[in-house]
Amino acid sequence: MSTGDQAGPRRIVIVGYGMAGARLAEDLRARDPRGERVSVTVVGGEPHQAYNRILLSNVVAGTMSERSVHLHDESWAEANDIDLRVGTAVTAIDRDARMISFDDGGQVAYDALVLATGSRAWIPPTEGLLDDDGELADGVVPFRTLDDCERILAHARAGAPVVVIGGGVLGLEAARGLAGRGSNVTVVHPVGHLMERQLDAGAGGVLAATLAEHGIEFALGKLATRYVPGDGLKLDDGSHLPADLVVVSAGVRPETGLAEAAGLTVDRGIVVDDSLRTNDQRIFAIGDVAQHPGAPSGLVQPAWEQASVVADLLTGTDTSSRYRGTSVVTRLKARGVDLSALGDVHAEADSADDEVVCLTDPRRGRYAKLVLRDDRVRGAILLGFPDAAASVAHHFDNGTPAPSDRLAFLLGRALPGEAAPAENPATMPGSVTVCKCNNVTKSSLVDAWRSGARSTADLASATRATTGCGGCRDVVEGIATWLASTD
Amino acid sequence: MTVTAAATTATSTGAATHCPYCALQCGMRVTPAGGSATVEPRQFPTNGGGMCQKGWTSAALLTSPARLTTPLVRVDGELTPATWDDALDVVATRLHDIRERRGADAVGLFGGGGLTNEKCYALGKFARVALGTSQIDYNGRFCMSSAAAAGSKAFGMDRGMPFPVTDLAEADAVLLVGSNPAETMPPFVQHLPSDGLVVVDPRRTPTAERAELHLQPAPGTDMALALGILHAVVADGHLDQAYVDSRTVGFVEMWRVVASWWPERAERITGVAAADQRKVAATLAAANNAYVLTARGTEQHANGVDTVSAWINLALALGLPGRPGSGYGCLTGQGNGQGGREHGQKADQLPGYRKLDDPAAREYVAGVWGVDPDSLPRPGRSAYELLDVLGTETGPQALLVFGSNPVVSAPRAGHVAERLESLDFLVVADIVLSETAAMADVVLPVTQWAEETGTMTNLEGRILLRTKAIDPPDGVRSDLDVLHGLAVRLGQPSERFPTDPEEVFTELREASRGGVADYSGVTYQRLRDGEALHWPVPSGPGPHSDEAHPGTPRPFLERFHHPDGRARFTSVTYNGPAEPVDVDYPLIATTGRLLAQYQSGAQTRAIDELRAAAPEAFVEMHPDTAERYGLTVGDIVRVVSRRGEVEAPVRLTSASRQDTVFLPFHFPGAQRANLLTNPALDPVSRMPEFKVCAVRLELAERSGVHVDR
Repeated sequence: MSTGDQAGPRRIVIVGYGMAGARLAEDLRARDPRGERVSVTVVGGEPHQAYNRILLSNVVAGTMSERSVHLHDESWAEANDIDLRVGTAVTAIDRDARMISFDDGGQVAYDALVLATGSRAWIPPTEGLLDDDGELADGVVPFRTLDDCERILAHARAGAPVVVIGGGVLGLEAARGLAGRGSNVTVVHPVGHLMERQLDAGAGGVLAATLAEHGIEFALGKLATRYVPGDGLKLDDGSHLPADLVVVSAGVRPETGLAEAAGLTVDRGIVVDDSLRTNDQRIFAIGDVAQHPGAPSGLVQPAWEQASVVADLLTGTDTSSRYRGTSVVTRLKARGVDLSALGDVHAEADSADDEVVCLTDPRRGRYAKLVLRDDRVRGAILLGFPDAAASVAHHFDNGTPAPSDRLAFLLGRALPGEAAPAENPATMPGSVTVCKCNNVTKSSLVDAWRSGARSTADLASATRATTGCGGCRDVVEGIATWLASTD
Repeated sequence: MTVTAAATTATSTGAATHCPYCALQCGMRVTPAGGSATVEPRQFPTNGGGMCQKGWTSAALLTSPARLTTPLVRVDGELTPATWDDALDVVATRLHDIRERRGADAVGLFGGGGLTNEKCYALGKFARVALGTSQIDYNGRFCMSSAAAAGSKAFGMDRGMPFPVTDLAEADAVLLVGSNPAETMPPFVQHLPSDGLVVVDPRRTPTAERAELHLQPAPGTDMALALGILHAVVADGHLDQAYVDSRTVGFVEMWRVVASWWPERAERITGVAAADQRKVAATLAAANNAYVLTARGTEQHANGVDTVSAWINLALALGLPGRPGSGYGCLTGQGNGQGGREHGQKADQLPGYRKLDDPAAREYVAGVWGVDPDSLPRPGRSAYELLDVLGTETGPQALLVFGSNPVVSAPRAGHVAERLESLDFLVVADIVLSETAAMADVVLPVTQWAEETGTMTNLEGRILLRTKAIDPPDGVRSDLDVLHGLAVRLGQPSERFPTDPEEVFTELREASRGGVADYSGVTYQRLRDGEALHWPVPSGPGPHSDEAHPGTPRPFLERFHHPDGRARFTSVTYNGPAEPVDVDYPLIATTGRLLAQYQSGAQTRAIDELRAAAPEAFVEMHPDTAERYGLTVGDIVRVVSRRGEVEAPVRLTSASRQDTVFLPFHFPGAQRANLLTNPALDPVSRMPEFKVCAVRLELAERSGVHVDR
């Protein structure tokens, strides 16, 4: 690609100032700090600075302020020589003129355009969730933006009934946060078990039981059929749930409108190749709005990896940089629950191709499942096994053979191998090093005794045991007492 | 307490001094015995009367057959005994000749962190005044430079532990990062709490075994771990907002970065459970008194400065530094690792922790030295960069080495040995024929700890006097004598390079006056009287009375050393090791230390008892890793990196990470772990990445006990 028609830096315009767009701007400036290669314009629809969406469940839970989830402060754009336009909507892309238009009538030309418009909450077609104007009904709030959090917190009073529609990761995080604040939360989920994309039925059941201990109730395998503001939800089994607030977390839809209108290839999202290019070589897409076969949706890790690749390409830092997909570990960030899930977890225990190791301990809220093929991790669920997730994910990411001790692998802790040195001085093997600071074995102490030492002090001056950190004094004293008793 | 220690000394027979090895500088008494001496520990705050096997056996080196007792000059390729006059004449003539032909920077110096303050000071002055070269640095660049840079940035001053080591005893929680004191400075562990000890180390070391919680991150990922724990501190409501508001600047900018490092993300990179990260945050926050301590494991990286800054950020967020009974500290390693980085043997430095590029500092120190400030060279190359250009068109053609053994201790050691080989002229002053000395054109035998007097500055910034206990063997001279003899031969006035340590120290006091590390109020007499003097010790009365300034054991209690008195948060983010693993080099190698050996082993390998305890290198790995490469215990494995290969026997431990192998670096020849290591340098401190490089394993030799299946 050429460096642009005009002289001077290549003009990059990023549409979207969320986690993907903000990250791309940072990555561009990290590669071109003085603005010699690229100029950067960022257009954001929300009226404020970019924020960290991953932390919104902390805001709902009340452990973080809204301010502390901002990615940038007000001086960021100026300090980094970025033309930042917040509260501005892009109305059209003119691909021939390489120009975008804003709702305020303004226009900006680009040499390269990056669409990072993200996704919006999907509202299920339950009667009453939208009012007659197609707006969200009173008391209905999606869980998607910082403003949504504000609205949720404004409605959620201690002791008030709240219904969360959607038993996926985000819905459960919102439910846990609200339950922690004292709301009476019920989660309505159309599938028979929670987080069915990531969990099998066994894990989903243990998870529901664990969350129930934190005061959350569930309506599983049920659909909400009707919402009446000020009253509540009616479900398809005829039951009724009172609700002052309905939090909707039923999935998202990529914001592809602008791309479709500009004639870009759009399927579920904007279709991109490994360079994150759309069918227009000058237009890229990253994050939730992009559709790449290796990128799972709704997660930040792929967006960041994609931003890095696009920054490499647009600054010319590494023109061979490509995005090949992201291996995902799903974590539920809910206080009191430790859940990781990765890969394909739906193999049955009697599978012919896979080795499946499974451990269920519902009373203690624990469920672990490990799916291996040829010694490699293919998938895993770890609920209530906080120590194992890290190493299981590591083996999954790197394709390295799993440890042969499968149980230790699942527990995340090596089981005690050799017994600790016997406390009994009589049965302690002679080769045991009693004083590590001075490399003194039990045999050396016994020899010193036989040569005339008759106390701990004598043993110390003869062998130097106890004279380093002093940590072995009790053991040496025990040996001295034992030797005295055998004299 | 110290006065008592000094008082006992007066009534006993031996000389009260300190151990020759690490920065704990255990109190020791040396008593002459025949031609040699005996040593025993004495009560001193850092060691509480304890001493490890290295200290106990240290006297063996005084009379060891390995000891050098005559200068050696290479004649027809052989190192041949010579008189001192002849040897010094050869050195002076060759140096003069090389300078004439190639200029002052054609001669380099390489110092050491085990040298006394007096020697470090004299070495820096000798380089700048007698040789006029900018090319001086020292092996402390390989130890302390990252912590030093991060400490200076955060607090305005780098004093490893800005509190006496005995303060640790009061702590409810200590986070010990990349440090294995149970092997490297055993008596230190008595200061650690039995509950509330958290150890961060990729290996399950003897220190980690004592911990309440051991976090085992992948080598090179420490910074991500620090960011994850710091995130948890803020997200879980443990931030000390009042402290952050009143004593620091930069929190908001730092948080913008750390906000993106939630523990689950750090877990993915480090392998340390998010739950454990949160537990550490909670443990440190719940403690009445807590410390964060770092050491080489987390510092010896190409991002070492930023990594230490991340740990300091954590300590600041918890409100620890500058609070009585809490704090951040760096555990200095070498005997004089602290003093050695203060008085001018560093490429960019003048005495008193002054900067060589600061015009006021140049003028002041030049005044003390009686030379024109403009005659002082500019800052020179850092240690590895200096070694890397030896014998090349642009680098020095001659090198003088004092108290260091870079053939074993430098990264990419094979290359460094080649560079040394290519020199026109190599001079080494040492007590034994180290691997580096064996390559020299002239070897100068020098005195060691019990045979000379001088000061050391220990890991808590306390200045100690090591007193001469016995006479050196005939034919051995002190490094100060060597520098004097060379300076005079190079045309310097005789009085400019004194040989009496106390006289040198008096000059050092003057040169440090008004600097960050101000020693001007320290005298040998005050040290002999047992005063506990932690720098800065300005001359004149102290702040609270008319008596002499009592030193500064806890310098940050009221304010930090920046002009506004506040500590700095530094915005840092994680980028990973310089050499990631790949298909060809799929495992991580990390290096470290054993209890019975010290540094390059030049001293300790010459002591029978220590050699028996730790005779050779080994490659430690997980049994599953060994099995994957068809290895079993006792097999000789070849560890191969992009820079070299090492052969050593396999050792197995199921506590090892499966992606990591460990090698101790004390051993010479084909067992040099540093043949593998990566000389990628930290952009600020120029610290090489000793602690992580990519390797592969190959079977070199089947052990006799192996049974083929």
